[in-house]
Amino acid sequence: MHNLLSTLILIPLIGAAFILFVPKGREGSLNNIRWIALITTLVTFGVSLLAWQKFDPTSPAFQLIEQGPWISDAIRFKLGVDGYSMPFILLSTFLMPFCIVASWVSVEKRVAEYMIAFLVLEALMIGVFAALDLVLFYVFFEAGLIPMFLIIGVWGGKRRIYASFKFFLYTLLGSVLMLIAIMTMYWTAGTTDIPTLMKFAFPATMQKWLWIGFFASFAVKMPMWPLHTWLPDAHVEAPTAGSIILAAILLKMGGYGFLRFSLPMFPIASADFAHFMFFLSLGAIIYTSLVALVQEDVKKLIAYSSVAHMGYVTLGIFTLTEQGIEGAMFQMISHGIISAALFLCVGVIYDRMHTREISAYGGLVHRMPLYAAVMLIFTMGNVGLPGTCGFIGEFLTLLGSRIANSWVALFATTGVVLSATYALWMYARVVLGKLVKPELMNIKDLSLREAMLLVPLAILTIYFGFHANAILDVVSVPTEPLLAALKTAVGSVKTASLVAP
Amino acid sequence: MSSPLTVLPVIAPAIPELFTGVGALVLVLFGAVFGEKSYAFVRWLVMLVLAVALILVYLSSGVRVEAFNGAFVLDGFARFMKIAVLWGSLITLYIADSYLKDTKRQAFEFPLLILIATLGMMLMISANDLIALYLGLELSSLSLYVIASFDRDNVKSTEAGLKYFVLGALSSGMLLYGASLIYGMTGAVSFAGIAKALSSGVSVGAIFGLVFILAGLAFKISAVPFHMWTPDVYEGAPTPVTAFFAAGPKIAAVALLVRVIEQAFPGIETQWQQVIVFIAIASMGLGAFAAIGQKNIKRLLAYSSIGHIGYVLVGLAAGTPDGVAGVATYLAIYLVTSFGAFACVLAMNRNGHYFEDINELAGLSRTNPALAFAFAMLMFSLAGVPPLAGFFAKWYVFAAAVNAKLYPLAIIGVVTSVVGAYYYLRIVKIIYFDEPREAFTPAPVAIRFVASVAALLVLAFVLAPAPLVNAASHAAKSLF
Repeated sequence: MHNLLSTLILIPLIGAAFILFVPKGREGSLNNIRWIALITTLVTFGVSLLAWQKFDPTSPAFQLIEQGPWISDAIRFKLGVDGYSMPFILLSTFLMPFCIVASWVSVEKRVAEYMIAFLVLEALMIGVFAALDLVLFYVFFEAGLIPMFLIIGVWGGKRRIYASFKFFLYTLLGSVLMLIAIMTMYWTAGTTDIPTLMKFAFPATMQKWLWIGFFASFAVKMPMWPLHTWLPDAHVEAPTAGSIILAAILLKMGGYGFLRFSLPMFPIASADFAHFMFFLSLGAIIYTSLVALVQEDVKKLIAYSSVAHMGYVTLGIFTLTEQGIEGAMFQMISHGIISAALFLCVGVIYDRMHTREISAYGGLVHRMPLYAAVMLIFTMGNVGLPGTCGFIGEFLTLLGSRIANSWVALFATTGVVLSATYALWMYARVVLGKLVKPELMNIKDLSLREAMLLVPLAILTIYFGFHANAILDVVSVPTEPLLAALKTAVGSVKTASLVAP
Repeated sequence: MSSPLTVLPVIAPAIPELFTGVGALVLVLFGAVFGEKSYAFVRWLVMLVLAVALILVYLSSGVRVEAFNGAFVLDGFARFMKIAVLWGSLITLYIADSYLKDTKRQAFEFPLLILIATLGMMLMISANDLIALYLGLELSSLSLYVIASFDRDNVKSTEAGLKYFVLGALSSGMLLYGASLIYGMTGAVSFAGIAKALSSGVSVGAIFGLVFILAGLAFKISAVPFHMWTPDVYEGAPTPVTAFFAAGPKIAAVALLVRVIEQAFPGIETQWQQVIVFIAIASMGLGAFAAIGQKNIKRLLAYSSIGHIGYVLVGLAAGTPDGVAGVATYLAIYLVTSFGAFACVLAMNRNGHYFEDINELAGLSRTNPALAFAFAMLMFSLAGVPPLAGFFAKWYVFAAAVNAKLYPLAIIGVVTSVVGAYYYLRIVKIIYFDEPREAFTPAPVAIRFVASVAALLVLAFVLAPAPLVNAASHAAKSLF
């Protein structure tokens, strides 16, 4: 089977087509739709495990490559994975069944359209990580906006329209600048083949402009401070499953983009802009942590904490050290798991009380002990407590930043304290304390369905906290050649400037 | 001495035009004899004539041949554009029927005027000197003025026709003035002759002439700052006529503009490029910002078409074969998308009463999911969001501009496309997010067919972009 990746992209689309033909309005048709969606996502996950089986994590080369004619000889349909993209594909396919189950009862209107939107989104997300052609990547990257726009806008909360427009236009604006950069690369290198472009040496001044073009897109997607303002709005309004996908996968496309494109293709510019990125990352870590502290809406708090955590990712990537980059990759995976779980936790209490105000809760531990226990694990993961996977990523990125610049490391470390403050305080206000609010007196603990969602994520949070090598071994393989190439490129510029009068 | 055998090769390239012209004359006679009742029959015959002309154009080789002492040229570019124009006229007649029936305007003149306008457009596309250019342009324009006011009892429609006529006459005047200046300065009317005369140096008079010609043509393609007529004419004209205006005549006028620029003024690129860059930026900007406040779907699409002409001109501004190929690709994709969108507008009808307020679309996704999906996909395509066809259209023109180092133009262009995305999204929002209104009457087959085929083409283009792209680049090469 050497078209495993395109099969992966196709399965969700086939599932979506199935849903389209389920007769509507009959008794049980809604359940049929839900089951089709769940089975499709499970099959996709199964096939992605198969792909993981075939994947050789010890080789830095692109694998499972398939290609075919597309627009022209220079712009081809090409898919493949390496140690950076494979974990994200697994993360996407792994989280998708959770999204479907999380929406099992909470989404009641227009279930068919909802499931179709999610399945299409899954296909596009896999495509983003599997694409080995720049134009193909862009098509997948941007196409994801359409289903996400509909998910926020149709199934979102009160200000869903504002949030969906802001999400769409913000991201589109960033991306079109990347499009211009892609065109420039196409004309300069004569191809949009990603492996070829990774070896192509763009002139130093051109690199700067291209880097800025890509930065515009990824910084918005990430989102980096101060371009993050769309994220809290989108998160608050999106349905639970939408928030999961947004935080766990869509944000990672920014980090993935920096690693896949900015670093290998524009090494000189990346080194030049490193301090700029440090500044923005510190802004994200410190400023948005402080903003998270004063939030009154649980979802908004988690959204701001996501921005802060993404700050560690950009910080780690642009330390241009092995520890930093591997830490950033780890941080993205662990944040994918933890943020998904936290949004699920919010969904659990929102489904019961229909409010996300922190002040509306308190003392949940007395009525919901199981919930309090799993929520504690994820809160600790968010804080970065050793023993959870949140710790490894933060620690490695901080280690990397210490090598790159100790002042940066100093400021970044304050983020650890701040994240502990806002996360623990939120936990204390929602879960701990006395149960005094009358409307909370009859609140029920996790149902079996909810427990089945949260427990696997809790296990993974702890598992990766102890077995970090399961991820690090995979991501370290492409990191070494990347850093070697980076060193040569930057070194050649330095010697050139020494030689020049 | 000219026996039929020696004449035939001379007129051979123009056989589709001759066929269309003869068909039009015969059908005028037919209509005049049989009167009002003959509408249905004339419509079918006109569609037949157009279909045969389409086949004749398909069969032509695409190798450059001239006829009528060089006034008429047939090449790959003309072939591509004529196919697009003929499809436009055919689809117009196909979707117009139910509308004319509902508004009780089933007159045989309607298909005939479309046919004559189409003949004019084909002549424009093949024009190879200034006189042929003007003849083709006027033949099509005069027919267009009449069909704009075809709903003659409607104040808005007559106003549209009158406005179009007065402003159109003004622009024709400018064009003629420019043409006379060019002739005075170069002593030639043929494009090749003008190019040759200008290759040895360009006078101020010739530049004036160029600017006047560009102004006249900019009016026909409704580029800013000569766009004022567009919203009113689009709104006032009967909807199928608006659909026709957005496609065929624009394609023909752009084709003419491309040919004039690339074949008559290739040597003075710096002179025309700044004009084209300016009107491209102005059109993209106005198209993006002015449409935001529109509530009438036809006016909104009018501003949208102004914006799209701006994107087309981005490709032309590059002045390279890639750019012209981008123009051709863009026009073909726009033709499909625009007809799909207007078919959706024609479906906004409750018991024969047609609606144009975009708020009438509220909740369409629940009252008519298929139409809603088609409409939404067409809107996303017009916004240029991948993976829909509209993205690839923009990709080609902007890639050409980037290759020609027109970075500011490309950057302004993509930014305006984000602004423009707002109002397309607003339509999607009304369709998907708002509470439903009363359902529309199920649309006739023709309209459903055109809307769904257009949406399917726009969606599936990403799977096989090569055929259209190759045809467009082949067409563009014939101009260089």
